Amino acid sequence: MALRRMPAPIRLRELIRTIRTARTQAEEREMIQKECAAIRSSFREEDNTYRCRNVAKLLYMHMLGYPAHFGQLECLKLIASQKFTDKRIGYLGAMLLLDERQDVHLLMTNCIKNDLNHSTQYVQGLALCTLGCMGSSEMCRDLAGEVEKLLKTSNSYLRKKAALCAVHVIRKVPELMEMFLPATKNLLSEKNHGVLHTSVVLLTEMCERSPDMLAHFRKLVPQLVRILKNLIMSGYSPEHDVSGISDPFLQVRILRLLRILGKGDDDSSEAMNDILAQVATNTETSKNVGNAILYETVLTIMDIKSESGLRVLAINILGRFLLNNDKNIRYVALTSLLKTVQTDHNAVQRHRSTIVDCLKDLDVSIKRRAMELSFALVNGNNIRGMMKELLYFLDSCDPEFKADCASGVFLAAEKYAPSKRWHIDTIMRVLTTAGSYVRDDSVPNLIQLITNSVEMHAYTVQRLYKALLDDISQQPLVQVASWCIGEYGDLLVSGQCEEEEPIQVTEDEVLDVLEGLLVSNLSTPVTRGYALTAIMKLSTRFTSVNRIKKVVSIYGSSIDVELQQRAVEYNALFKKYDHMRPALLERMPIMEKTASNGPTEIVQTNGEAEPSVVEAKHPPPVTQPTNQANDLLDLLGGNDVVPVIQTTVPTKPASAGGELLDLLGDLSLSGGPAPAPATSVPSSQPAFLLDGLTSPPLFNDIAAAGIPPMTAYNKNGLKIDFTFERANPNPNIAVITIHASNSTEADMTDFVFQAAVPKTFQLQLLSPSSNVVPALNQGTVTQVIRVLNPQKQQLRMRIKLTYTHKGSAVQDLAEVNNFPPQSWQ
Amino acid sequence: MMRFMLLFSRQGKLRLQKWFTSMSDREKKKIIRDMTTMVLARQPRSCNFMQWKDLKIVYKRYASLYFCLGVESQENELLALEIIHRYVELLDKYFGNVCELDIIFNFEKAYFILDEFLMGGEVQETSKQIVNRSIEASDMLQEDDSSEWYEVELFG
Repeated sequence: MALRRMPAPIRLRELIRTIRTARTQAEEREMIQKECAAIRSSFREEDNTYRCRNVAKLLYMHMLGYPAHFGQLECLKLIASQKFTDKRIGYLGAMLLLDERQDVHLLMTNCIKNDLNHSTQYVQGLALCTLGCMGSSEMCRDLAGEVEKLLKTSNSYLRKKAALCAVHVIRKVPELMEMFLPATKNLLSEKNHGVLHTSVVLLTEMCERSPDMLAHFRKLVPQLVRILKNLIMSGYSPEHDVSGISDPFLQVRILRLLRILGKGDDDSSEAMNDILAQVATNTETSKNVGNAILYETVLTIMDIKSESGLRVLAINILGRFLLNNDKNIRYVALTSLLKTVQTDHNAVQRHRSTIVDCLKDLDVSIKRRAMELSFALVNGNNIRGMMKELLYFLDSCDPEFKADCASGVFLAAEKYAPSKRWHIDTIMRVLTTAGSYVRDDSVPNLIQLITNSVEMHAYTVQRLYKALLDDISQQPLVQVASWCIGEYGDLLVSGQCEEEEPIQVTEDEVLDVLEGLLVSNLSTPVTRGYALTAIMKLSTRFTSVNRIKKVVSIYGSSIDVELQQRAVEYNALFKKYDHMRPALLERMPIMEKTASNGPTEIVQTNGEAEPSVVEAKHPPPVTQPTNQANDLLDLLGGNDVVPVIQTTVPTKPASAGGELLDLLGDLSLSGGPAPAPATSVPSSQPAFLLDGLTSPPLFNDIAAAGIPPMTAYNKNGLKIDFTFERANPNPNIAVITIHASNSTEADMTDFVFQAAVPKTFQLQLLSPSSNVVPALNQGTVTQVIRVLNPQKQQLRMRIKLTYTHKGSAVQDLAEVNNFPPQSWQ
Repeated sequence: MMRFMLLFSRQGKLRLQKWFTSMSDREKKKIIRDMTTMVLARQPRSCNFMQWKDLKIVYKRYASLYFCLGVESQENELLALEIIHRYVELLDKYFGNVCELDIIFNFEKAYFILDEFLMGGEVQETSKQIVNRSIEASDMLQEDDSSEWYEVELFG
């Protein structure tokens, strides 16, 4: 039987030509599949002759995106071949097809080891290259010794490759760094630039990874300075010249190593001062290559302990870069200035106008850098001018910038606003021009800001109202506006604005606008919530109460559960609790800010004439103990108590019906905090506290559930009783009210009650009714504690009492263990 | 260090891929997709630098080919442009007025040249002449192979 010989596999170039003639993806795939099949059978025949050609074709098809892993073993066979051609393709294939995740790559190790010791340097070079590009940790461990040997060879072709191979080994197996130390001894005395360059890279890698190495290599600074000097001073060297500069690659790497060595070290920094100044002043800047060196020099100057003169020189170079026609140079300058703006703020300020001009650059990357840098440069002196530019930028920039720019404007305005009116105007401007891009947390922040700008209320609400008439699509704007109208609608209709011409608007018109928000398709559910609450609040500020009642009752059957719940609650407010409605819907007091981006914590009431409600608080996150709580922990020393969050005492006594209002204090009936509980309260918030906010325990009768009261403490004339209730929606929450009374003849002032519970519980302490316990039992101080007890464990509590009595400070600790079982079961 | 170098045409066809760190095929494909999309979307006179995740992307167009380098954040971008340019010069010297077709049909040579210029994500040799001489010498070694044993030309 005649054996039919397989035709020789087609040549690489022919295959490429053929595949390129394919007109569709399908045609190409067909050709590839056909060829792959041929290659597979050729591989099966174990044909040495054509293996190289076939693998090369496979690599081409791999580049087109087709799978080629069946060629992996063939690559290994090629590497093991004696022919250079085979090895060349084999190693290339290994680098492209194999990777350290597959065990098969380890089969290379022996071949590489042999080839590292080959008689031909180009074979050694192939092995070093492959090891240095893709060697896995195991391979590096096995072969590090060979690499180290080659690092000491006098053959510069191999030495430079060994140096970079060593860098790779160190990156993969840092513990092996030590073994290369001896070989670095005279690396810098080489004349060959390739070896010099890779040596500097190796030294850099070692210094970056080990402070000991760094200290050890500091002594090389003089030598490095000399080499750099030679490069600059030497005449034209054709081999290394790039546009008149001698070996810029080496210069930059040396500058980078100097940076690392000089950082934080006075002596080294001083030793390199002169050369840096020389490079900075003498380098030709007409081409990119010169600027690359200048750029690296500037980075080095800024990082080491350079003299101030040198630093100013560096910043001025960056300033000149900003004016360069070349976009790349401008971009690089802005990036560097951004890095130095913290440390050399004043120097960078001098270039502010150039930086601001870059906001108008057409290039997107440059615009972004310029924006970041501009915000970093804003301060109290330049706020007005800078904000003008930044707002103009906000108007005209691409959408990708708007969110960041808006946030930046808010932050800067908050820090440096020259006046409240300016601040409000700036916010308005952002909301109207980029209102849909502002971040969610801006809304509560802005509301707080507006609330605190008391004299601007009329102006603010008027401007916001006018903005709503123009456009109701931008949700953050609409939400802030709704809230303001709900809060200050009376000022709006009474035309009290002083800052600008007051507009004439009737109650009905205002209600039309708000109702419009409720029905508009553009409004999100959150916005609708704001609108409904605003309408409700106007029931105490407007006269058209009937209209409001009607709207509220309609939404009592809304499909949106959130709206429905609110409407039902507000309905109830009209019907059953109408006597409380005015107090509940009163003007918000000033809120004191804790952090600009954090949850707001209302600490004091304002000094308005109307009696103020103990306002809705954002329950602070349980994870942040106050200082007092920390003290408590220290004192109690126990690890099993959870710190208590203490809300401080209001400076004015609560209005009549104190207890009830304390409980009500949880309910956010005003539009502010409630509509966005998710955004204003951090997510670490335990769920039950939110339950308390949104569901109204008050509107169901809080059954005392027959839990008997108890005396928790009775000493030195101070008696503290506990009474109990259950918060109905959640049976795991016990609501305890403490009643403190004082039977001595003198008042107890500065009275503070603190409590701690074991870890399985969670505790919330609300504001006390007062901090003075009057003498002779003339009154009590009450305070509400809410305890979450999900594991139904026995309730225990440690309490700490501090007060001033007859001029002296008194402090006492006690444990409360006699809780009635019904309070925690 | 440099993390990768990609060459692709204006239609987004990959012509060369060099990876300097170990990555899965999926990750590589994603990077190729992202780079081609980002670079091809750039305006003609934009600056040559972009930020992508924690890397700086340096790219430059030479005729119909885009050269794209992904480098770590401490690298000098302006020098990276010089690196790209040096590679193009090396290709040009080797192929004589190099064009995209040269790289398509001789991709393995493009890799060999790259492997004499860069290694492990760093510049290996700063002299053009030395790189060229190494490649020529290696090519001659290949010819020795073929003339000794085989008549068949292994590379068309």
